[in-house]
Amino acid sequence: MKKKFKIEVDCANCAAKVEHAIQQIEGVEEASVGFMTQKMVISAAEDRFDEIMEEVIRVAKRVEPDFEILD
Amino acid sequence: MTKKQKKALNRIIVSAVCFLIVALLKHLFPEFEGWISFLFLIPYFIVGLEVLEDAWKGIKNGSVFDENFLMAVATIGAVLLGEFQEGVAVMFFYQVGELFQSYAVGKSRQSISDLMDICPEFANVLDEDGNIHEEDPEDVPVGALIIVRPGERIPMDGIVIEGDSNVDTSALTGESKPLHVKLGSEDISGCVNESAAIKIKTTKLYEDSTVARILELVENSSMKKAKVESFITRFSRYYTPAVCYGALFLAIIPSLITSDWKTWILRALTFLVISCPCALVISIPLSFFGGIGGASRSGILVKGGNDLEALSQMSKIVFDKTGTLTEGRFQIVEAVPSEGNSEEHLLWVAALAESYSTHPIGEILRKGYENESRDILHNVQEIAGHGIRAEINGSPVSVGNLKLMRSDGILIEPVDGIGTVVYVTENKNYLGYIRIADAVRTDTYKAIEELKELQVETVVLSGDDSNTVRQVAEGLGIPSYYGELLPVDKVQHVEKLLSEKLSENEKIAFAGDGINDAPVLMRSDIGIAMGAMGSDAAIEAADVVLMDDNLRKIPLAIRISKKCMRIVKENIAFSLLVKALCLVFAAVGYANMWWAVFSDVGVMIIAVINATRMLKPLKIE
Repeated sequence: MKKKFKIEVDCANCAAKVEHAIQQIEGVEEASVGFMTQKMVISAAEDRFDEIMEEVIRVAKRVEPDFEILD
Repeated sequence: MTKKQKKALNRIIVSAVCFLIVALLKHLFPEFEGWISFLFLIPYFIVGLEVLEDAWKGIKNGSVFDENFLMAVATIGAVLLGEFQEGVAVMFFYQVGELFQSYAVGKSRQSISDLMDICPEFANVLDEDGNIHEEDPEDVPVGALIIVRPGERIPMDGIVIEGDSNVDTSALTGESKPLHVKLGSEDISGCVNESAAIKIKTTKLYEDSTVARILELVENSSMKKAKVESFITRFSRYYTPAVCYGALFLAIIPSLITSDWKTWILRALTFLVISCPCALVISIPLSFFGGIGGASRSGILVKGGNDLEALSQMSKIVFDKTGTLTEGRFQIVEAVPSEGNSEEHLLWVAALAESYSTHPIGEILRKGYENESRDILHNVQEIAGHGIRAEINGSPVSVGNLKLMRSDGILIEPVDGIGTVVYVTENKNYLGYIRIADAVRTDTYKAIEELKELQVETVVLSGDDSNTVRQVAEGLGIPSYYGELLPVDKVQHVEKLLSEKLSENEKIAFAGDGINDAPVLMRSDIGIAMGAMGSDAAIEAADVVLMDDNLRKIPLAIRISKKCMRIVKENIAFSLLVKALCLVFAAVGYANMWWAVFSDVGVMIIAVINATRMLKPLKIE
């Protein structure tokens, strides 16, 4: 399952760092964080999606405290 | 400005005022200089607390070497060594730079999003009782009736069933001439209706409509990164730790030898401030985003940074012929009357004689003459493979090929060239000939010329007969052409060209109208689909999508990509050069903290300003 999120991230480097970090999470098949578009796309197995998203948010917050998902 | 930016600005102002007061105090009471210097810590914490916090969080999370860390270490180090003023100044200018960058980048992002503001807000749906109510386009089913008033955006693809109006397609195609729509016209979402209200029957859901697909493409484009972009990300991952260890080395080893700790630690701190890679990390994605945004304003959708990069390296372009170089439909391209006869009479005779013909050529010749009276036309005979014999106003006419002329006993010099030639006689007098062909688009000549100027080789591949392909290619000055190819042969041809490439930096493009071309579009380095308003398969398969049929958008796309790559390279070279110089100067003690602030913040500001040049869209000359 692939899902797009509106996010708030402050700088290009921060976005790259968050992207790198969430790509390492087990179960995340594909992840990209766009600074310019302020969008994040995550694809992961459907049945574990919510669980993986929790981990994504936790990891992203750790790497970049200002990172936020808007919707 | 966003809330965050306003807060940052306020902090900077307050801190600046404090700094000036303290500096004034220091000047007025030089005898207390030592004590007053401690007061510099007030503006320091006002402006830099956030950086210190972030640096601390970074250390806690194990991601040590980021720019917050660099700044925290450098400024704390300066303060501890008694260089209060420098410490505050570095932090102050760093924050000013950050604010500027966040403002400039936010502005550019906004201006591109505004340009791409083609998203329809609502649809006026007409229900069974004839009432109109506003709905979210996403909720409107296929087959619904919607009303688009003048000034409103067409929310989804559909067919006009009532009304006659002009629509502005410029947001999608970059074309400023409005498009006329009437009963039966296909309507493309995202265009703005201009002159009169139209009623549309929707043929697609919002999410399948052109506008939704384009928005998605543009949004996803910054996710597909160019090689330089990922290079910079990787680079900064190794670079920052490297300079940190370098600084550590610079602080310890010479100090052990000279035992002048203060000098060398200060130099090491300067070294740290200089090394911050922000200029690169910010300006490069900004250039690509600007390039892609600018291109989409001109009706060229580039699917990613990698595709924009490839466009700048295009060395060869393979064209499909029918529908790409040519219009893709047969029409009269010339009517040449023989001496003493008029073009109007020639066309009129041919049109009338073909009145009842079912042959495709007949249909083309009849076009425009549908309302002529058929009363004067008698004894129409259609001779398969030859043409038509008939009588108009009692005089015998023949309209057909050379064979028909020969069997009439009329000798005519055969005419060469592309397409089908129809000869016309009246009373055994030769009236002239009419050529029907798939005409080369008017833009094609200019486009091929521009590609040559850009040193891109051109090739034509076509399924058409070799003779026609040769004539079209020669007419356009394209040296290599191949006809009678099946779609599979086209793929093989492109593969052969790909294997003949001398280096990875030569890219081969394929441009087609998207019909039956998907395999070649995918296989080539850069697949360019044209006239794609509404064609899903082409949008899927291609890397670059031209929203209309204008081939001149290909050289334009190359120029945009080259400009973008030039800016990117300028920024890389400029930032690295200034940094390298300053690093060397810092190591030998020529550069102080003020230099360091320039090479960090100054370079970043210059690079961002350079990158924003990409926001100004290029136009077809």
